[in-house]
Amino acid sequence: MAKRIFNIWRGDATGGRFVEYHTDVDTGMVVLDVVHRIQAEQAGDLSCRWNCKAGKCGSCSMEIDGKPRLACMTRMDTFSPSATVTLQPLRAFPILKDLVTDVSWNYQQNKRIPPFRPRPRDADGRYRMQQIDVDRIQEFRKCIECFMCQDVCHVLRDHSRFDTFVGPRFMIRLASLAMHPLDALDRIPAVRKEFGSGMCNITKCCTEVCPEQISITDNGIIPLKERVVDRFFDPLMWVKRNLLRRSA
Amino acid sequence: MTHRKDAWWIAPFLTVLGFGAFIVYTTWAALQGEHYWYGSYLSPFYSPLLFIDSSAAGAAPLEHAWFGSWPTWWPAMLPSSPALFILMFPGVFRFTCYYYRKAYYRSFVGTPPACAVGALPRKSYLGETALLLFQNFHRYALYPAIAFVFILYYDAVLAFFHDGRFGIGVGTVILLTNATLLGCYTFGCHSFRHLVGGRLNCFSCDKQTQLRYGTWKRVSCLNERHMMWAWISLFWVGFSDLYVRLCSMGIIHDFNTWGF
Amino acid sequence: MVDIAELQTFEHDVVVIGAGGAGLRAAIECSRRGLNTAIVCKSLLGKAHTVMAEGGMAAALGNVDPRDNWKIHFRDTMRGGKFLNQWRMAELHAKEAPARVNELEEWGAVFDRAKNGLISQRNFGGHRYPRLAHVGDRTGLEMIRTLQDYGIHQGFAVHMECTALDLLKDGERIAGVVAYWRENGRFLLLKTKAVILATGGAGKAWKVTSNSWEYTGDGLAMAYLAGATLMDMEFVQFHPTGMVWPPSVRGTLVTEGVRGDGGILLNNKHERFMFNYIPERFAPETASTEDEARRWLQGDKEARRPPELLTRDVVARAITSEVKAGRGSPHGGVFLDIASQVPADMIKKKLPSMYHQFKELANVDITKEAMEVGPTTHYFMGGVQVDHESQQSVVPGLFACGECAAGLHGANRLGGNSLSDLLVFGRRAGLGAADYVASMASFPCIDEAQVRQSMRRATDILNRESGANPYLVHEALQKVMNDGVGIVRSEADLTAALAGLEHVKRDVERVKADGASQYNPGWHAALDLRNLLIVSEAVARAALMRQESRGGHSRVDHPNEEEVWGEYHIVIHQGRNGMDVEKVRRAEPPRELAAIAYATLESLEGSNG
Repeated sequence: MAKRIFNIWRGDATGGRFVEYHTDVDTGMVVLDVVHRIQAEQAGDLSCRWNCKAGKCGSCSMEIDGKPRLACMTRMDTFSPSATVTLQPLRAFPILKDLVTDVSWNYQQNKRIPPFRPRPRDADGRYRMQQIDVDRIQEFRKCIECFMCQDVCHVLRDHSRFDTFVGPRFMIRLASLAMHPLDALDRIPAVRKEFGSGMCNITKCCTEVCPEQISITDNGIIPLKERVVDRFFDPLMWVKRNLLRRSA
Repeated sequence: MTHRKDAWWIAPFLTVLGFGAFIVYTTWAALQGEHYWYGSYLSPFYSPLLFIDSSAAGAAPLEHAWFGSWPTWWPAMLPSSPALFILMFPGVFRFTCYYYRKAYYRSFVGTPPACAVGALPRKSYLGETALLLFQNFHRYALYPAIAFVFILYYDAVLAFFHDGRFGIGVGTVILLTNATLLGCYTFGCHSFRHLVGGRLNCFSCDKQTQLRYGTWKRVSCLNERHMMWAWISLFWVGFSDLYVRLCSMGIIHDFNTWGF
Repeated sequence: MVDIAELQTFEHDVVVIGAGGAGLRAAIECSRRGLNTAIVCKSLLGKAHTVMAEGGMAAALGNVDPRDNWKIHFRDTMRGGKFLNQWRMAELHAKEAPARVNELEEWGAVFDRAKNGLISQRNFGGHRYPRLAHVGDRTGLEMIRTLQDYGIHQGFAVHMECTALDLLKDGERIAGVVAYWRENGRFLLLKTKAVILATGGAGKAWKVTSNSWEYTGDGLAMAYLAGATLMDMEFVQFHPTGMVWPPSVRGTLVTEGVRGDGGILLNNKHERFMFNYIPERFAPETASTEDEARRWLQGDKEARRPPELLTRDVVARAITSEVKAGRGSPHGGVFLDIASQVPADMIKKKLPSMYHQFKELANVDITKEAMEVGPTTHYFMGGVQVDHESQQSVVPGLFACGECAAGLHGANRLGGNSLSDLLVFGRRAGLGAADYVASMASFPCIDEAQVRQSMRRATDILNRESGANPYLVHEALQKVMNDGVGIVRSEADLTAALAGLEHVKRDVERVKADGASQYNPGWHAALDLRNLLIVSEAVARAALMRQESRGGHSRVDHPNEEEVWGEYHIVIHQGRNGMDVEKVRRAEPPRELAAIAYATLESLEGSNG
């Protein structure tokens, strides 16, 4: 069997370059298997994050032929046998080494989000919710924090607005709290002001790359934007909220 | 700019082509002010007819005007076209639509042109927080858009009656399809989806919210294919105008049961 | 060599090693008790192995079937564990699990709902009633994300991508931890009064495993080297259903939920073979015909459960027998068929990640075709021997919880009992550590020689001129374990495996990693080898000693469960000349618990309290 060619970015924060590797590819192999084979046979110190190798943990995010993908879920038979496959680290985040980036900014953003604050329990000490009420947020909670949506979001990737926009991953985390039937905290003003919902221009790349097929834009960010409109841009809602409610 | 090897530029390119063609055609058709009526068919670009200039070729009979004959205060430099009064409503609705925003931000301003392709360089990126804050008023464009769906259905129903006689023609099918496609686009709108149910946190709580949940579910089905409806309805509304126009100009012949 | 005074140093009351469900729950409890706590984890936060748990967490909430209660859960756990479980741990687990599930909900977990609005529960192998609180087939993700999002606001420090190398002791008691940052290879010293190990198992010692790279037995080996005892190490659970094709994903887990939701096992003759493997003990509670099994699935309360839901050890052995008898699938497994049993949209709704996993990795549409599955190394029932109340090991200040602690599961773990184990005993370890810290008079002293030795072992791997390739040594170790200490064992195989391990040990001692210390996976792998080797040897030695077949431990040369062995644990500790393996007699079971465990179901139903 002919060797396949891989162009892998090697280097660290100070710089780097693409290095070409030639290796065999067996039936059913995914890109992560290739990385492991290259580590074992040619480059023991080739850095790459991974954990579960089953698409459940979101560790092995990298850019494969220029697009963010999970290396463990990208089958080699999706490429033409003669094609060179390019592997490089996520571009939106600082490089640590080779295919590994520093994603700590994301953890800082998560910490900024006020935690879930449930309403009191029912009289018998239980909480009751219907499945139809939790379907929406369960979609968001499928997120495996691979941070590929953060990587592909041009607000972060191209415009580096890390100061004003929290990114798609945390927009849907906010959505999962804002739509939670038990959550008692008003999060809408913060969604607009602190987390920057207005920075998103709904160009939907986050949705395109999501390995969990979460409709980040349609089901998460746009509904949040609409809730922001309810609160800040809709005089009818203002009247309903402030005048009608009080007289009722 | 990118390491993508696929033809990422095709989608923005086609978008520019599609929107460009539509805008050029719509502008031209709207400025004509004539040949928007044929038999009992009214071009959707010209509906509702607020005023009618009966002197124009292919104009609708005066009784179809909501407010009568063409106003005298209308500046002479502008063509006396009924389309000019109303086209801004669907125009604004589409311009502020969440799908169209995605499409033109990508293809016309390149923020970004495609996923993982570098955005076109600009001084500073403010998203929809500054100049584009008006996009938040999409729901106000929705209300007239809903009215338009009903008006166009009304037009389509009227089209079945030529001189008081019921009949069916290729044109009636086209106009009915047009109203339906616009309905699928309008009632799949993200703002509509939010207003009918999306704003609730508890769907199951009472009878009213359960009803709204049912509606929200149906709207969500349309919303999932919002882009498809946006394109099909856009194409079809232009095609409907073209069809009526060509019939009115006598270039093509409408097959119908009335036999004219 | 680095001057110890210049080493990056942290001081904590408690250091938790491992940030899966147990570690996070322990850290939360320590923080709530006002302790200065740190959590150390090899990966990024939220990526720990808990994330891969699929089916659910077992707790006798009685939301779906009100006949359920803690006693029946306890009875199921004991029977599943072949009565080798720690009685008190099984009792605490069954009693406290419901509170832990409710607490998780209060912290933001969104479980699937039952019709009455309460948390829904699903059926699982060995559980009499629908008992597993779940979120589709991604319950572990829900659990870890909930604990993570709640935990980051509790005030404990999180040291991510940081690997613990060794435990430090001051005399008998724990004094600290030496660790290094994976990012740059720099060492750090954590001075602490107590350490809670929550490092999981060591599935990476086998070639075919459902475990991630992190599962290298770090906690087990560190505890062993620090003088703690390891117990029940021969009991390794082989999950009956791992993927078998394509080769690169061999071992990846296929959740038991597939069978819980109606999936059936077939051999290549299209026979539902599990009906031929029902053990006597479970015969009265298992369906005897396909028709009865089908009625059970439809909710007939009179029908008995299908044999596919027998305990994991039974199913895994049955699959192995079918394959050995030539009735296996083309790639050496059997067929798991849910397509013919459940409508396609239900499959996609209940088992979305299984659908996705097979579609993406194997090109199989599970709503149309059967899956090919076979046993895969999954879980360590054994681990650090701990006190059932406090989770403290024999080393003062050293606690263990979750998979790396022994006792709850006995000879075989029931599916769903691990997630509840993490929370129940994670919390208890936190409480135990808090009590221990409160009783301490002085901060322990650090012995600099221990620190130096630990760092030298690590740097030697990089500094050697030449040596064995860590990746290849690891492969060799996996081969030894797969061949000799697999699902079915024999004296000859185990002896050969021990000899093989000796061979691997020599390679491990002269392993060499290329490159620098900065995020160097070769070096990281080399450092893990010591731990894998210690755990592998412990498993092989314990398996050799236990001359019977029980639960996860099957011997072809001793195929029956021997009553006399039910009275012994095998306990391992570091001796003067290597590993000491001892047969230790169990204490008499508490009478009231024994009464429950051997009672009939009818007498326990509806008797909560």
